[in-house]
Amino acid sequence: MQAELIPKSTLLDAAQMARVIRRMAGEVVERDGTNDLVLVGIRTRGVPLAKRMAEAIEQLEGVQVPLGILDITLYRDDLSTIAPQPVVKETKLPGDIEGRLVVLCDDVLYTGRTVRAAIDALLDYGRPRAVRLAVLIDRGHRELPVQADTVGRVVPTSRREVVEVRFPETDEVEDEDVRLMTRKEAS
Amino acid sequence: MSPETAVAWHRKDLLGIAELDPDEIRLILDTAESFREIAERPIKKVPTLRGKTVINLFFEASTRTRSSFEIAEKWLSADSINFSSSSSALSKGETLIDTALNLQAMAPDLVVVRHEHPGVPHMLAKRLKAGVINAGDGAHEHPTQALLDAFTIRRRKGRIDGLKVAIVGDIEHSRVVRSNIHLLTKLGAEVRVAGPRTMMPVEVEKLGVVVAPTLEAALEDVDVVMMLRIQLERQSRQRLPSVKEYFQLYGLTARQLARAKEDVIVMHPGPMNRGVEISSEVADGPFSVILEQVEAGVAVRMAVLYLLVGARDGEAEA
Repeated sequence: MQAELIPKSTLLDAAQMARVIRRMAGEVVERDGTNDLVLVGIRTRGVPLAKRMAEAIEQLEGVQVPLGILDITLYRDDLSTIAPQPVVKETKLPGDIEGRLVVLCDDVLYTGRTVRAAIDALLDYGRPRAVRLAVLIDRGHRELPVQADTVGRVVPTSRREVVEVRFPETDEVEDEDVRLMTRKEAS
Repeated sequence: MSPETAVAWHRKDLLGIAELDPDEIRLILDTAESFREIAERPIKKVPTLRGKTVINLFFEASTRTRSSFEIAEKWLSADSINFSSSSSALSKGETLIDTALNLQAMAPDLVVVRHEHPGVPHMLAKRLKAGVINAGDGAHEHPTQALLDAFTIRRRKGRIDGLKVAIVGDIEHSRVVRSNIHLLTKLGAEVRVAGPRTMMPVEVEKLGVVVAPTLEAALEDVDVVMMLRIQLERQSRQRLPSVKEYFQLYGLTARQLARAKEDVIVMHPGPMNRGVEISSEVADGPFSVILEQVEAGVAVRMAVLYLLVGARDGEAEA
């Protein structure tokens, strides 16, 4: 039985999101500069996040940072428990990542399992100088020792809740936003 | 949910193309598209099927198909074991049912099987908990070959719907043809077949294809030509007066190929008999996609292994 999700509150609207992403971009550049920098979005919603961070970096520094897309399906640790198989999509990295500084971008950091899979996937393409993690929302409840280097917003949640990040590219919305949803058991 | 996730794979086995619906075929082809990229990596391995066991059971000789499956299994990190008829109890008189029971005892996740008799994979599928992939059963079906052919066509032409496809050669004894006819007609292609009368099955039209009287007629204005192997080693009953005559009537030469569309592609499931069904000039020429087919084979087989393991695990959960 599928529990219904009802919106509880809006965590970030489009304008707030733009501000948060600009700050995240600034932090990335401040820490690591733009030399050798590559932004890699984790499918699905890490991809529009990475794109917006790259745009913000271009505005800040006038530098175009290469963008990549990582599909982690083949690296998941729950393939035997989810059926049917999730659809595998393509990974597209901008050239060689050997010796570069890779910032993995994802919308929500939760259990940490996606990030574990993403690091494994990334390392199969080469040996970056360093890998960082940038997430828009950190909602807690880690199951693995994973931490983000750049966080948009820390949101304490309960496990019953869902953090929903929406982008026009990936969801049927006009403006991006982040909402906190709560499960209502269907009666 | 995005539209491409709308279809899910639920079958335990891949026994033939005949029973698949067009959406299932597209799902395999789309999935294969994503697996293609693995071949371009410096480290050609993903951990997806770690801890899964695949048995390759080849009762009939095969180099190409077996190695293609083996590479696909290894790139997905599955553990694979090979049984082939020349090197095992398969040639020592064990019955098929005993073989099946023995396999079952080894608890494999998937069994890839090729056999000279049609229906053997189906029988194993009924007896085994493992998913069964038909890697060719007699003259019946060879689903992964048809899938890799379709994958190659789609990459080159962007579609299958509305294409004109000619299949030429020994139509009657080819499992490749049967699977391809099912697949291509299901996806909306117009299929013509041509070949000597002795190699044309009766009522082949019932499969939804047109029989062309000559090679020339078959090639007229086509987008795709599939040449079939003449199985010289199996020509015991003399279906051909001579190899030379066959080449004259049905061999694909550059001059014949000029009847097809300007951007025609030429396919062959291999192994080729140069100078019998195809001239070297065409086989090595600019229209040939024969090596692309081999490349596609690994991606398509990875996709099938991936989808079948998922369906099997899903079943175990339920």
